Amino acid sequence: MVEHGEIRVVHRGGSKLTSRDPVFSSDSRFLLCASGECVKVFSTSTEECIHDLRGHTELVTGVLLRPSNHLQVYSCSADGTVRLWDFTDGILIKTYVIGYPIYSIYASANHEGVIFLVTPAQSDKRSEMFQLVAVQLPQSGDQLVEARELSAVLSDVSSNPAAIVFGRGGEYIASANGLQLEVYFFKKQKAYRFPLKEDNKKGGKNTFMCVACHPKDDCIATGHEDGKIRLWRNFNHKKEYTYSTLHWHHSAVSSLCFTPEGTNLLSGGIESVLVQWRYNQESQRDFLPRLGAAITHIAVSPDGALFCTSHSDNSKELTVDTVVRTDLMMDPRSKSLVLNGKPGHLQFYSLQRDKLLYNLDIVQQEYIHESGLQQFEVVKAAFNASGNWLATVEERKQKAAELELNLKLWAYDEQTQSFVLNTTISAPHEAQITAMCFCHAADSQTTMLASTSKDGHFKAWQLAAQAHTEDEGPSWSCDFVGAYHDLVPECCCFSADGSLLAVSFQEVVTVWSPASWELLTTLSQPPGAIRDLCFGRLSCSKYLLGTSANNLLCCWNLLTCSLEWSTSMDVSLLLADPLSENMAAFCCQAGCTDLFVFKPSEPRPLFSRKEVCSGKVTRAVFAPREEMLESCEESSQWLNHSQLYFLTQYMDLMTFTTKAEEDRLMASSKQLVIDDSVAMTPFYLLLGKHRQQENQDSLGGMSAERTPLPQGSVAIREVGSPALFMLIYYFFSYMCSHGLREENKHTEEEMESEKEEEDSEGEMESSTRPKESLESEATESAAPALTKAQARELRRVKKLDHSWLAGLLDS
Amino acid sequence: MGEFKVHRVRFFDYMPSAIRAMAFNSRTERLAVARADGALEIFNFADHYFQEKVIPGQDGRAVEALCWVGQRLFSAGLNGEITEYDLENMRPRYTVEAYGGPIWTISSNSQGTLLAVGCEDGTVKMFELLDERIRFQRNLERQKGRIISLSWHPSGTLIAAGMMDMIRIFDAETGHATHRLLVERGAGASKSKEVVVWSIAFLSDHTIVSGDSAGKVQIWDGLTGTLVKTHLVTKWDVLALAVSQDESSLVAGTSEGTVVQFQFIASTVDQQDKEWVRTRTFKNHSHDVRALAHTETAVVSGGMDTQLVVRPLLDKVEKNTQESALRKIAFPHRSLVCCAKKAGLLLFQFPDHLELWRVGESDGLGKPGDSLPVKRNPEKLIQLKRKGEDHICCSALSPCGGWLAYSTVSAVRLYRIQYNNISITKVSKLPKDLRSAHQLCFSSDSSKLFASSSHSSVVIVSLNQLECKHLHTLKPRSGSRQPVHLLFASEDGKWLAAANADCEIHVYNLHKLKLHCTVPVHSSCPTAIAIHPVTSNLVVVHADQQIFEYSLMQKEYTEWSRKLQKQGLHSLWLERDTPVTHISYSPKNPAHIFLHDMFMFCIIDQSLPLPEAKTMLYNQMTLRSLPEPERIRHSHAFKICKNFQHLLCVSLLEDHSLVVVERPLLDIMSQLPAPVRQKKFAT
Repeated sequence: MVEHGEIRVVHRGGSKLTSRDPVFSSDSRFLLCASGECVKVFSTSTEECIHDLRGHTELVTGVLLRPSNHLQVYSCSADGTVRLWDFTDGILIKTYVIGYPIYSIYASANHEGVIFLVTPAQSDKRSEMFQLVAVQLPQSGDQLVEARELSAVLSDVSSNPAAIVFGRGGEYIASANGLQLEVYFFKKQKAYRFPLKEDNKKGGKNTFMCVACHPKDDCIATGHEDGKIRLWRNFNHKKEYTYSTLHWHHSAVSSLCFTPEGTNLLSGGIESVLVQWRYNQESQRDFLPRLGAAITHIAVSPDGALFCTSHSDNSKELTVDTVVRTDLMMDPRSKSLVLNGKPGHLQFYSLQRDKLLYNLDIVQQEYIHESGLQQFEVVKAAFNASGNWLATVEERKQKAAELELNLKLWAYDEQTQSFVLNTTISAPHEAQITAMCFCHAADSQTTMLASTSKDGHFKAWQLAAQAHTEDEGPSWSCDFVGAYHDLVPECCCFSADGSLLAVSFQEVVTVWSPASWELLTTLSQPPGAIRDLCFGRLSCSKYLLGTSANNLLCCWNLLTCSLEWSTSMDVSLLLADPLSENMAAFCCQAGCTDLFVFKPSEPRPLFSRKEVCSGKVTRAVFAPREEMLESCEESSQWLNHSQLYFLTQYMDLMTFTTKAEEDRLMASSKQLVIDDSVAMTPFYLLLGKHRQQENQDSLGGMSAERTPLPQGSVAIREVGSPALFMLIYYFFSYMCSHGLREENKHTEEEMESEKEEEDSEGEMESSTRPKESLESEATESAAPALTKAQARELRRVKKLDHSWLAGLLDS
Repeated sequence: MGEFKVHRVRFFDYMPSAIRAMAFNSRTERLAVARADGALEIFNFADHYFQEKVIPGQDGRAVEALCWVGQRLFSAGLNGEITEYDLENMRPRYTVEAYGGPIWTISSNSQGTLLAVGCEDGTVKMFELLDERIRFQRNLERQKGRIISLSWHPSGTLIAAGMMDMIRIFDAETGHATHRLLVERGAGASKSKEVVVWSIAFLSDHTIVSGDSAGKVQIWDGLTGTLVKTHLVTKWDVLALAVSQDESSLVAGTSEGTVVQFQFIASTVDQQDKEWVRTRTFKNHSHDVRALAHTETAVVSGGMDTQLVVRPLLDKVEKNTQESALRKIAFPHRSLVCCAKKAGLLLFQFPDHLELWRVGESDGLGKPGDSLPVKRNPEKLIQLKRKGEDHICCSALSPCGGWLAYSTVSAVRLYRIQYNNISITKVSKLPKDLRSAHQLCFSSDSSKLFASSSHSSVVIVSLNQLECKHLHTLKPRSGSRQPVHLLFASEDGKWLAAANADCEIHVYNLHKLKLHCTVPVHSSCPTAIAIHPVTSNLVVVHADQQIFEYSLMQKEYTEWSRKLQKQGLHSLWLERDTPVTHISYSPKNPAHIFLHDMFMFCIIDQSLPLPEAKTMLYNQMTLRSLPEPERIRHSHAFKICKNFQHLLCVSLLEDHSLVVVERPLLDIMSQLPAPVRQKKFAT
């Protein structure tokens, strides 16, 4: 058995899904997206992530269905390998080592056993030139295959995967780079180049952005930087080629896609409007506006029924904006992670379900999707301890104009189960707000919010009932304005009981009493401005910790008003676990981040880990666990109460898990292994399930080794479609236990009751989470095995003599 | 280059007339353009799109359609008449009443034997083409509703007619209608409005293409009478269609000012089944595109905004050549301004009147580039309305300002002007030989009037206070039948040069009253001629921008001209797309020649070296910034000034001040009626 209690850094999603085109499976039931170093498989009906295909060691740069086998998928990565997966089961079939970083992958049915890759033109990695090479995939039974037979097809291509596309039936390939479109005909082995002028007269930029080929006709659609779409025809002539121009987008066209039958052309760009052009009737277009964010990729399912748009804000799974300006926070009520979402929104992201709950519109203004516009952004947000109040700060900074700043306070409304705007304070400070925090005292009558600003003041805001207006409830107003020697306050922190407020003014920490607003003491440890302030919790609440810019972590004892201890560390982020005494410090050293978890009262760190990730960690949060973990290992005890999540510089959301936890997850994910695409005869179910059960019983955790994934898949999904299998499994066990000797009529009744159970389950779910209802519906459609006809079949099978079956199972 | 006091004249309210119809003769490469005022213009596409001939309009003649039959040109209009033109004498030859109400369209079969016209009363009338005339043959089956457009099948057996709400196909032999194609009306509010099939084209594979007022271009199968494809091109009307000779491309002109190209393309590479696919859109007009022609290499369009646009198809021409450049022809290629150099008077020619202006005066001095205070404002002395219904075709003002003459296709009128208390008297008795003139010119001492007449002959009339006498008729020896379009009498009164549309330039000795010499014929038509007052050298500028100097004394090209031809003109000079319309000389500096076209004026200093191919042609600004010795090294013969744009005339007055007559295109645009409403982005 593996060592118990080992702590691993686990990727918990959030990395960019939108760097590459999503791919639909040929039956339109799955959607595959390159996401960081793995490929995520989504179900199109439930919209949930089914599993990850893990194995690449660098960014996955392309996903492609294998033309000769629609159940397999190629993925390529910057690590120089192409991997072939069975995406329904998440099994790595083969790894082809190419040896050069790969930027995108293409294939067509016309070229059996050949894939086309974009690699740097020279073998050195830093080159700006790229070439398209054809790779003959060697026929070999081995898992790891070296594929070194490269032959260049086109030189000087774009690294943008949207700029190369195969034409009708793979007879030619079109590649756009800069101002030139190149079409290469494989049969004739002839390339045609069509250059455009840099600018047209009206100042539009003609640079190619993306290319799409019509599936039936010889028509190439190209998107351009000035928002034009050109439809090229007759491109097998040097001179008599012709194109027509479509113009709707006002900014660059970032994605183009023909529908499978070629009747429509879809285009998208920063306007976040999906435009559908009728092919050959281009004056007729349809729009799907307000998609939330700029469209980066469009994919169409092979049956043409589903369109997938990827957006620049990563909105398919929507975790992380490219710029997170608020801190990571936990919503105490829904236990969800809160951070910047769509522009002007806060998103609530359930970590348990790895799913976006909802977006809260903070700015409440129409977001205009255009580059170069300065718009309101949510820069700060804070919850109070009970989750009743949410404070947000939005700002808009135009070059010439003054800073616009709004502080908004939101009250949680039990009835609508959402936050309702209570108070808007426009221009709460004269300059940018540097920090904001709620008083965390749970028992205090009044709620208090402190904010510090670059204008040299810190303000305390208090909820006060308004006397003169009857109808309005209590609203927030300023209680105190404080300053210290004209210095700029950087951070503020309330002590756990709310009796002290610490505000740092550069290298000086001032401690105030919120009750009387007198300056109690000042603490200082020059040189170096204070970066972070943190009060200790529980037994350590007498300590105040601060990090300074001069690589110093200090711990003051507030009882003695003296420095308890200090150590030299370049701490980029310091945060306290609200449920324990523990504190986490992320230290940035030589491009890597180390983590130390310690108690302020103890000199020895509880846990330390070097090189947690590359780059600087600036956002992290302790997420309270729903149920306490009982870990005996000392090193993992700090994870018992809460889990630490952090964002890397690539916006990957990472966390720490213990081995025990992982095993538990693994076990639960085992039940998902049977995929719904496998034909589900009752026979298979009976046998397959049973055998698996046996395996699990006998081998326990060993079953993890059966999956060939090197790192082990951390499936974090529950219920969803597996509910069905569970159901069938229960049913089966019921049948076994009753020995299949009951009357047919009886079993039929049972069947029905089971069904009812299923329905009620679905209802229950929908009552708790509105989104779930969709899921349960989809569940039914996702499992074809349970159609009426098949249910009848199942029943018919039962009516037959089952005694042999029982015997088989017993044996 | 020297400094000049410039009279910047902007009070010539020249307003070109909208283009109504167009016909291209691919054999002779001549484009006939009909304007809304009834004027007809012939452009020679083989000779740099030069406007060779202008037939002035007539009140009440509104040309709706044009048709070439071989070398013959026919027009039909809403006055219900068919007119054939005499292109040698630049006048209508005869007019035939069709008796079917207003005529909307005219079309001839490809054999050139029959002419079909579509009338308001719903008849298609067939006319037989005889050598001298046309003769009514018969009516095709009469329809309800007017016939708007017609197109013959190339075989000559079928005619397609565009009507209100439908298209009819007639059998040309029996005269019966064989098919009736119903055209769908526009959607929405325009559902109740009849759709007008403005234009139709019958292709040899029995495809019919129609453009209608609902904004559709529709492709029909003419054999079965079924609709193949509808292309919605505009929200407004599709007014014109034109098909290329090889039927691989067609263009449609819309009310939005766009021209949409369709191409007959195989949908998949290397396959035979082709279809009409909408490809390019050209937007070169602000208003309706009323007329279109599809030449081998270009799309020619014209409409309400009065400009003729030649848009080369880049897949048919070599890129980055002169041929591949877009051309807009806005101004006529002949002079509408006559300047009396001695008196400082300007005569402006309009189709229906003449205006005589005195330029303003200023005695101020200023730095170069300054505008001087005006002491006396320019003044309109006379506005002379023409008599009769024919429009003015040419006019002239004598250098002393005392005489004024104009001509229509039917008569020449001569006036004597007194300036002490401005009065104008018509000279009543004119010689009989002076019936109509293509070009008029006074001698420098204002004692003679030269008028070009038929067959390139020039009539000389002597003028004095008492009477006007026919002196002589000069005839060239070549026997050319083409009209003279340029006349120039030399300063010393000895020479008269006359250029005709056959590119010939004849020089007559006025003392001997006989032909002195004929300048060797250059392949391109002369656009401006002048005789040097001192050296008697004839300078000719052609439509291909070539410049020749011909010594009348030696009867050979001068040394300078040979040098220029040997070295070749600067490529930028040759790339200009408007012809030089005036040449004049400076009395102060005999080495200077003043030329101008629409966008620049140029002083050629014959004493300076010619520009090398690599030097900058437009170097006035850079020269100014250079120090003196550098400047001499860099200066060359062509001194070009682009300060003044959209020039109609540049002339040097006696007092060495320069008159520049500008007509900004923006002013013309602002006088056009409002275009159709179009949604503009961000409005």
